[in-house]
Amino acid sequence: MVSIDTYNACVDFPIFDAKSRSMKKALLSTAGGAIGRNADNTVVVEALRDINLHLKEGDRVGLVGHNGAGKTTLLRLLSGIYEPTRGSADIRGRVAPVFDLGVGMDPEISGYENIIIRGLFLGQTRKQMKAKIDEIAEFSELGEYLNMPLRTYSTGMRVRLALGVVTSIEPEILLLDEGIGAVDAAFMAKARVRLQELVKRSGILVFASHSNDFLAQLCNTALWIDHGEIRKAGLVDEVVEAYEGKGAGDYVRSLLKRFDVEKP
Amino acid sequence: MSDSRAHRDRVVGVQEQSRTREQLRADVARMTTSAVTDPPASQSTTFGAAWHDLVRGFRQHELWLQLGWQDIKQRYRRSTLGPLWITIATGVMALALGLLYSMLFQIPVAEFLPHVTVGLIMWGFISGCIKDGADIFIDNEGLIKQLPSALSVHVYRLVWRQALFLAHNLVIWVILMMIFPRALGWEVFLAIPAMALLIVNGVWVTMLFGIIATRYRDVAPLLEAMVQLLFYVTPIVWTTQTLKEQGGDIAQRALLAEINPLFHYMEIIRAPLIGQPIAAYHWWVVLGCTVVGLLLALLAMKQWRFRVSYWV
Repeated sequence: MVSIDTYNACVDFPIFDAKSRSMKKALLSTAGGAIGRNADNTVVVEALRDINLHLKEGDRVGLVGHNGAGKTTLLRLLSGIYEPTRGSADIRGRVAPVFDLGVGMDPEISGYENIIIRGLFLGQTRKQMKAKIDEIAEFSELGEYLNMPLRTYSTGMRVRLALGVVTSIEPEILLLDEGIGAVDAAFMAKARVRLQELVKRSGILVFASHSNDFLAQLCNTALWIDHGEIRKAGLVDEVVEAYEGKGAGDYVRSLLKRFDVEKP
Repeated sequence: MSDSRAHRDRVVGVQEQSRTREQLRADVARMTTSAVTDPPASQSTTFGAAWHDLVRGFRQHELWLQLGWQDIKQRYRRSTLGPLWITIATGVMALALGLLYSMLFQIPVAEFLPHVTVGLIMWGFISGCIKDGADIFIDNEGLIKQLPSALSVHVYRLVWRQALFLAHNLVIWVILMMIFPRALGWEVFLAIPAMALLIVNGVWVTMLFGIIATRYRDVAPLLEAMVQLLFYVTPIVWTTQTLKEQGGDIAQRALLAEINPLFHYMEIIRAPLIGQPIAAYHWWVVLGCTVVGLLLALLAMKQWRFRVSYWV
């Protein structure tokens, strides 16, 4: 049974080196979470406040919100990286977080070895990864380069490799953070198909993105995160409309309708 | 875009929209409800969660075994001798110190050189665990913040790496035993459980100091200085034997060395490896320290394990 439940979950970051002098400035800022002090008189940033979420198999949730609103922090909360400082969270299922494609990659070892290590980090076994390696090699189109150390790769090539690994696994809970760039258009089209297949295989999807195309394609519901709280929850077009305005909402609706019409 | 790909695109798109808007609205209501009668209490600061972290990390042995090796290969990449440098570096150090001090203290080389060598090898492991342990979570910030793996994975990786260093260095001991042969009885096998204990201690030391040093950034430099000091306090380049032989007041001072728990760790491994008798109480001290240390580490994990990702 795959599920994520959070009960009044809060994420407070202690900032041990914050000078109190800058407090006034910090309190007046609009971006980011609220800043306060905890019981030990340490400055804390309330990155998330009172998050109640109950996700189960089949949920496809998009996250929208400004920079610093708490989208990435929420994804980290849902992945179990941050356990709530107040409230509680219960995560059942194997989590595959895709936040930073480069993490866990070693520039000094070959592409093949990196595929294995990256897979191990994502909770696969060595055997599973060995079985997938040909498929990943084919997808990434890196050919002979896979025997070369990763430092000889261009940024785009690294992204190809990372995407190849990430889209090859069988996640129960898939948490995607945007920022999949730096690849050429032809490859992106290919990656999109694999991403969609990956989403289809996964039990729960939570996807933070600024791209309405992606949101319409992968999600059916959405949350608007603002100042560390869920400002609005609803269908993906409604939330996008509330967040970005009528035009964006109409655009998402037209996309959804197109998918609907194309029903065989 | 080819036809088949466009078709797959569509199928997926349709699949995502298969629920009606009313069903989805119900989903949203269920997702964001805060009307839960009795929300479960947070398990973050329980011994269960701490223990679970240790077990879960251990199960990912494929990962940390690989990473530990990688660390060593990384350090000596493109060098001709590779990891052999570990052995050479320790060997040269042991030889120089052994010869120098055996002359200064007028102890036979055959006796003193193995003493210094084994001491230095063990010291490498101990100081490695303390010094690298203090930085372990800070160094792995990227991984900790991006991947929800157990905290202990990083600890096992470090201890495994130190154990590999230790294994490389033990080659020197083998060579020494061939140069200065002695009657090593079955007691030599006592070194195996002793080293196993040392490795278990490496785990708690790394975990405990790692957690504390992540929160209090002054701890790492403090430990660095302490390790330096401990090196001279622990009988590695000197022996308690020389003190005792002088008799009288000075012999009494040898007891001072016994206060240092690291002396006992040294003894239980060094004595069997260089064919010296060993008193049982060294073992008891080490076992006691291990249990206390493990409990301390578990306590630190219970209290602060889940805070580490906030602190790094």
